[in-house]
Amino acid sequence: MDAATIIDTLKTLVPGGQYEAGASIDFPTIYVLPEHLVGTCLALRDEPSLRYEAFIEATAVDYLPRVPRFEVVYHLLSVQYRRRLRLKVRVLNAAAADAGVVPTIQGVWRGAGWPEREVWDMFGIVFGGHPDLRRLLMPEDWEGHPARKDYPVQIQKSAQTYSPLEVSQDQFRANLERDRVKRGRG
Amino acid sequence: MSTPEIRTETMTVNMGPQHPSTHGVLRLVLELDGEVIQSAASTIGYLHTGIEKTAEQKKWQQVIPLVERMDYLAAQSNSLSYAMCVEKLLGLEMPQRVKDIRVLLAELQRLASHLIWLGTHGMEIGAVSMLFYAVRERELLLNINELIAGFRFFPSYIRIGGLREDLPRAFHETVIAFLDRFPAKMDEFEGLLTKNDIFRRRTEGVGVVSLEDAYSWGLVGPIARAAGSDYDVRKYFPYLGYETYDFKVPTATEGDVYARYRVRIAEMRESIKICRQAIDRITPIGTYACDDTRVVPPPKDRVYSEMEALIQHFLIYSQGFTVPAGDAYVPIEGPRGEHGCYVVSDGTNRPWRVKMRPPSFMAIQALPSIIQGGLIADVVAVIGSNDVVMGDCDR
Repeated sequence: MDAATIIDTLKTLVPGGQYEAGASIDFPTIYVLPEHLVGTCLALRDEPSLRYEAFIEATAVDYLPRVPRFEVVYHLLSVQYRRRLRLKVRVLNAAAADAGVVPTIQGVWRGAGWPEREVWDMFGIVFGGHPDLRRLLMPEDWEGHPARKDYPVQIQKSAQTYSPLEVSQDQFRANLERDRVKRGRG
Repeated sequence: MSTPEIRTETMTVNMGPQHPSTHGVLRLVLELDGEVIQSAASTIGYLHTGIEKTAEQKKWQQVIPLVERMDYLAAQSNSLSYAMCVEKLLGLEMPQRVKDIRVLLAELQRLASHLIWLGTHGMEIGAVSMLFYAVRERELLLNINELIAGFRFFPSYIRIGGLREDLPRAFHETVIAFLDRFPAKMDEFEGLLTKNDIFRRRTEGVGVVSLEDAYSWGLVGPIARAAGSDYDVRKYFPYLGYETYDFKVPTATEGDVYARYRVRIAEMRESIKICRQAIDRITPIGTYACDDTRVVPPPKDRVYSEMEALIQHFLIYSQGFTVPAGDAYVPIEGPRGEHGCYVVSDGTNRPWRVKMRPPSFMAIQALPSIIQGGLIADVVAVIGSNDVVMGDCDR
């Protein structure tokens, strides 16, 4: 089943859905608008002639300096029909609104939760309606989104702690001495 | 008579990140009501090393040692999927001998990874001696890695365009000696666990994953096969000529820890069958790379005698090669499930983006929902049966 057939099927299922077939060398690629993403995913999962029941992964690519800069990529699998599908969503401005630029598809495939968190962590793309959009791989107080192309590669960052160590050098030595005496090995 | 009021409150317990049975550095926060898990939350990222970002700074061939360090128990699954993905972008077709050697290496890698799973899974449930027996057999597989590449864990033997060099002299003897010895050892392992009453009581009916849940969570691989799926990339989307090998895809329907154990054990026996067929097809000496001179450097004797070969050699090792712009996703059946690699090229000599599809990541994501409502003692059984590797998860 090629991209054009899938698009024709989707257009009958998703009212007002606009799709575009993307260039690809392995399996069909379809560009989806963010506002149609959830409806499209539900149709892809439930339509008997499509049945993409398994979620494979979600990731993003930063095409700096191209506009639109980001693309969120979803890989889906239909075990029943032995088919794969790639969905792409173009993201104009990652930090646009609080409502999110791409809706979460956790309601369709539960496995999308962490990959979306990782994409936010690494690229700063906000997923609207995500119940738990926190840092996943980076520490919680990390600044910036490291997988972006404009994020420097070799930087020195000191470890951040929530409460600074409030012991002076002299106190530290005194504590060591105190413990040594306590252990009775002095 | 009035019953005295019993006051209960839940207890929050931190499990990990240094707990020995969490396979690396996984941290679980469990909320317990007695011994029953009310809720669980997992924290990952302790082993995040930014390999995908680093890969964008390297030339195409230099990425191989990096991706091998992701899933460190199945190093050659990573490099195989990455190399096949770049070869797809380049439009390269491998010679038959290279495909057969890659199949053999992939299956030996599956055995090595499953042996560590078997040892640690048994150990965590109380069969401590399993680890010693399993690691001892894995040692022989590491010796094979050492033989082909000099490295035991991360051989970097699979390269874009083929293999690094031809097989060493004693390769066939070593592999056949292992394959002759190993089935008896499998019987020994199974004799210790499969009908062991304690093991079965700890694993049967524990951590059940339904087929629908497995697909929804993206747990394609042994976890879905233990729940009734027969999805195996080697059968559904054959690569490297797997369709010409005679092997079965083991399945079970219960979806519990014991079913996953049986599926993996049966997979190891099938892997031995594939290895036997592959080693019969591989000639001791022959081609070990494709003939595309853009990617594969010329043989050393020509480099020393011909000007053009020397130039080609120098270009490949200094500038690398370029890959046509585009993107590709190539999945292989890794030991932990579908191990995919998504590569984006912008047409230069460095990858624009490398993304591995980590099966452990998906398994840990689903973990809280699997262990919820179960007993705290079952947590280690479930983690072990999901076979997670934190290097694969955090990357």
